[in-house]
Amino acid sequence: MILKLGLLYSRIRRDEKLLLDELRERGHDVEKIDVRDQRFDVAAGGEVFADLDLVVDRCLATSRSLYATRFCEAYGVPVVNGNETAEVCADKAKNSLALAAAGVPTPETTVAFTKESALEAIESFGYPCVLKPVVGSWGRLMAKIDSRDAAEAILEHKATLGHYEHKVFYVQEFVEKPGRDIRVLATDGEPVAAMVRSSDHWLTNAAKGAETAEFELDAEAKALVEKASDAVGGGLLGVDLMETGDSYTVHEVNHTVEFKALNDAVDADVPAAVVDWLEAKAGEPADEDAPEVTA
Amino acid sequence: MSQCVECGADLTLHDDLEAGEIVDCTTCGAELEVVDVEPPVLDRAPELEEDWGE
Repeated sequence: MILKLGLLYSRIRRDEKLLLDELRERGHDVEKIDVRDQRFDVAAGGEVFADLDLVVDRCLATSRSLYATRFCEAYGVPVVNGNETAEVCADKAKNSLALAAAGVPTPETTVAFTKESALEAIESFGYPCVLKPVVGSWGRLMAKIDSRDAAEAILEHKATLGHYEHKVFYVQEFVEKPGRDIRVLATDGEPVAAMVRSSDHWLTNAAKGAETAEFELDAEAKALVEKASDAVGGGLLGVDLMETGDSYTVHEVNHTVEFKALNDAVDADVPAAVVDWLEAKAGEPADEDAPEVTA
Repeated sequence: MSQCVECGADLTLHDDLEAGEIVDCTTCGAELEVVDVEPPVLDRAPELEEDWGE
């Protein structure tokens, strides 16, 4: 089956090039949709969204991803990942709540709205602990706090300089991981491939230059990936886990996941597996029970 | 052959260019966005935003 597939983007990274190459090799009709050129009319979608079998959201900006997926759903166009998943994954506080509600082990986390209450939360965790922005990625603006002096300074800076979202203080326990964490790419909870990201730095993002290597998931990790995926509504996801002795904790699930580093690190053909899944997804019947979007 | 819109240096672009892709100028280091591919048109890439990337 040849698909007419829309790819929402504002920047074509190597991830999108890998996907585009795979889709075109299979003969699918791909419409690249630069969201910067679009106007999203609340009454109806423009021509660009007509007759698409499926839209794949690859927006680099979280804010654009959230609105664009919402509009696609309002236009009746199937989109992956869906807006519900995007909403939960885009915000670390919502992400943590969803994981905890589903019984997925996740680091202890507290959210506070003022410097004073955030400082109390930090003191209750003890040092070191971690302060993260609720929105953001690539390890930006993450702080490992080693002392009360540092906590006071960082909170003051965030409160004074930050966007209002930086006044939502997300405080988390510092997990003593073995110098690495695990990134799993999964399609509706089914792992495609996994890698460890290792670094001497406490941040182990591939975007920060961490070394990567393939990782063999055990049964417990696979079960957690499936559970974490379900907790956020499923889709094409990057599930991040940390090893805690003989078990794992899931610290977040990413909804417009980058996979170029993973593809380089593993034997599996990641874009091929993603496109296999997209083909299956496009063939699924529409969800009659899905709530009507009235945004 | 295209030219860097920042420093004017000649740029050799690869064959599988995509609109929306970012290329670096090897002379001045500027990030350039491919606006069009046939023929290649380059512009300065947008600045990094806080909510970009995963």
